[in-house]
Amino acid sequence: MKPPERHEPDPVPRDPTSAIAGAASPAWTDVRGWGRLGMRAIETAPQDLIVGSRHAVLTRGLGRSYGDASLPPASRPEVMSTRAADRILAFDPSTGVLRAEAGLSLRSVNAVFMRRGWFPPVTPGTQYVTLGGMVAADVHGKNHHVDGGFGEHVSRVLLRTGDGHVVECSRQSNPSLFAATLGGMGLTGHILEVEFALRPIPSPWIQHETLRIPDLGAFLEQLSASAAHWPFTVGWIDCLKRGAAMGRGVLIRGRFADASRAPRSSPPEISRLRVPFDAPNVVMRDGVMRTLNAVYYATRGLRPAAGIEHPEKFFYPLDALLDWNRLYGRRGFTQYQCVVPRAAGPDGVERMLRVLTDRGGSSFLCVIKDCGAEGLGTLSFPMPGISIAADLPVRPQTQALVDALNETLIALGGRVYLAKDSFTRAEHFRAMEPRLPRFLAERARWDRERRIRSALSVRLMGDPP
Amino acid sequence: MNVLILGATRGMGRALARKYAARGAALALLGRDAEDLQRTAADLVARGASAAVQVACDLEKTETILPALHTGSTALGRVDVIVLTAGIYASQESLEASPDLTEKLLRVNLIATIRFCEAAREVLAVQGGGTLCVFSSVAGDRGRKPVAIYGASKAALSHYLESIGYRDHERGIKVVCVKPGFVHTDMTAGLKPPPFAGDPDAVADVVIRAIDRGTPVVYAPRIWGLMMALIKRLPRAFMRRAKF
Ligand SMILES: Cc1cc2nc3c(=O)[nH]c(=O)nc-3n(C[C@H](O)[C@H](O)[C@H](O)COP(=O)(O)OP(=O)(O)OC[C@H]3O[C@@H](n4cnc5c(N)ncnc54)[C@H](O)[C@@H]3O)c2cc1C
Ligand SMILES: NC(=O)c1ccc[n+]([C@@H]2O[C@H](COP(=O)([O-])OP(=O)(O)OC[C@H]3O[C@@H](n4cnc5c(N)ncnc54)[C@H](OP(=O)(O)O)[C@@H]3O)[C@@H](O)[C@H]2O)c1
Repeated sequence: MKPPERHEPDPVPRDPTSAIAGAASPAWTDVRGWGRLGMRAIETAPQDLIVGSRHAVLTRGLGRSYGDASLPPASRPEVMSTRAADRILAFDPSTGVLRAEAGLSLRSVNAVFMRRGWFPPVTPGTQYVTLGGMVAADVHGKNHHVDGGFGEHVSRVLLRTGDGHVVECSRQSNPSLFAATLGGMGLTGHILEVEFALRPIPSPWIQHETLRIPDLGAFLEQLSASAAHWPFTVGWIDCLKRGAAMGRGVLIRGRFADASRAPRSSPPEISRLRVPFDAPNVVMRDGVMRTLNAVYYATRGLRPAAGIEHPEKFFYPLDALLDWNRLYGRRGFTQYQCVVPRAAGPDGVERMLRVLTDRGGSSFLCVIKDCGAEGLGTLSFPMPGISIAADLPVRPQTQALVDALNETLIALGGRVYLAKDSFTRAEHFRAMEPRLPRFLAERARWDRERRIRSALSVRLMGDPP
Repeated sequence: MNVLILGATRGMGRALARKYAARGAALALLGRDAEDLQRTAADLVARGASAAVQVACDLEKTETILPALHTGSTALGRVDVIVLTAGIYASQESLEASPDLTEKLLRVNLIATIRFCEAAREVLAVQGGGTLCVFSSVAGDRGRKPVAIYGASKAALSHYLESIGYRDHERGIKVVCVKPGFVHTDMTAGLKPPPFAGDPDAVADVVIRAIDRGTPVVYAPRIWGLMMALIKRLPRAFMRRAKF
């Protein structure tokens, strides 16, 4: 049963004199994923998403997904950006429930609410993402082991489906569409509005500890030992190290500081630098990365091992350097992020790291996280286990490296994170995603012709190019 | 602080309204689409505005101007600042192709805007002063090929704003004329950005400071002040050949 069409504004543009600029006239632009992979496409950025989504092929937020998830299919190079639709529609200070247009950025959420004692229940490692992108990727944070993904905290989304309906979905209304939308990479519909609950925090400051860990076994032990007492944990390991030092790195854990321990002042504005141009490709050569890793390991240990930290430095260390992806040059980079199920144990993690190091998949740093229970999202990435993420500069051998990693991952029963992916093959994806048929069936209910699609869904789900 | 704004639904007006909201100001939002105004008001209240009343006002319907200013200012009690960002842009080619469009643009950007300002001056004068901030454009600073008609509307507006600044000085009214360069908003969507294109948030920072200080003319982004000083000095022979 399809719900009735919601009331929609008159389809006749308010201003019939179309020559008047201001109707979000379409423009050809370079649209790119964060890994710099991109294409020429017609981009619109309407303020009114209900109207703007009527004929849209794909919606994107701030383009922080690394691969081709936010790029339209080659034969219909059209994409709607939500960046102009960023209004907060309601906030209830008694419950923390926030409803907003899908283009609202996490940076704005933090800027408005952190000083009032509220913080998002889940945040990815950058605040330059939109609520729509957070729902579509069902993002996870350093607290996945206790709080699950963002989707667990979303109570409602307003969606325009591929067959043109504007529908509310939640756990009560259209629950299967709701579940498919969490982590559905924008393929179940254009997300117009998002409602979720912010969390009260005792202060905006973070109490943290940093531990230097000599090897992988110790690392995984510490990660699980920390989970019980620390809501936020993350590890950075040097994945160029082989042998006994494989997996050496730093473990960072934190929690919001009690008001009694935190500074009285609000965290000050952080000054940010910007990478002004594309670096030459040599910058991210292996030798350079090896040195950077060694320096990072050495200097992290020099920082105070515990203390009070600025929340942005804790949650978003990479945001300090704007456009840092340009350091990877024009060829760009990809991120390989996968989750190795708990059952595969430390050996499984080690096997993945070994493929990475043996095949020379140099990465500046490799991020290790602990994932908790699987959430509601039909295609959401996390499952109980260990997530590994490594940035890989794009080289001629990258495809072979990702293939090798995926083959090992499939044997271990793990899966990759679509928000980071650009090299996984359709057959590998099918092998790691027994949930795919269920997702496609739900998508077909609302969009039989697959009108909404992306370069990613063409690559992985057999959509029309 | 109490601020009345026409144009807060989009672009630079929206960005400026958010700055005032963050300061906890009480706002009167004038605009032409009730639902859009309502969503904008909710946003501004969530961002800290102590109030955001909504009032219908459409520069294409000049009869709405006086009642809107009256309703907005009465709701606020005292008005410290009146801001008008509303305006329209169309390319020179489309204006040349349509006399109706030309007339509409001149009516909105000039006639209706001046009518609004005349009424706003009275509101401020009656209460003993305040600030009137109106968005003109760098396009009014020098005759140029691509902005003959739009530029003319803004040149006349800048001229008018300068004059009322002098006239109202004694009455305690400060007039701030904002001259944006190219700024990424709905208005410029689809146009090729020149160097030094700005974004609305940065423009709003510059404008709110100018309003605080009562600066009579402000370019935003600031670099456009230098650029226009240069462009104003270019010889006619050069301008005949230049494309910008
Ligand atoms: C430095 C960095 C750190 C990161 N850290 C993490 C992390 O810790 N955890 C994590 O989970 N992710 C992380 N990410 C990935 C990022 O959180 C996700 O890719 C997120 O989806 C990006 O949001 P966006 O608004 O930029 O969306 P985009 O990248 O523009 O789009 C992402 C996907 O969402 C879809 N989409 C976006 N908006 C809508 C909408 N309104 N309606 C329908 N579909 C939509 C797009 O079609 C696309 O499939 C990180 C990324 C970067 C660059
Ligand atoms: N963007 C630039 O590069 C640039 C450069 C120089 C000068 N300017 C000037 O700066 C001002 C603001 O520009 P912007 O880019 O922020 O514009 P914008 O994004 O197009 O926003 C224009 C605002 O004006 C309102 N408006 C338009 N026509 C109206 C009418 N007839 N009655 C009432 N309100 C009306 C719009 O309301 P709705 O939401 O109802 O449409 C909207 O709030 C304009 O005067 C423009 O000419 C802009």
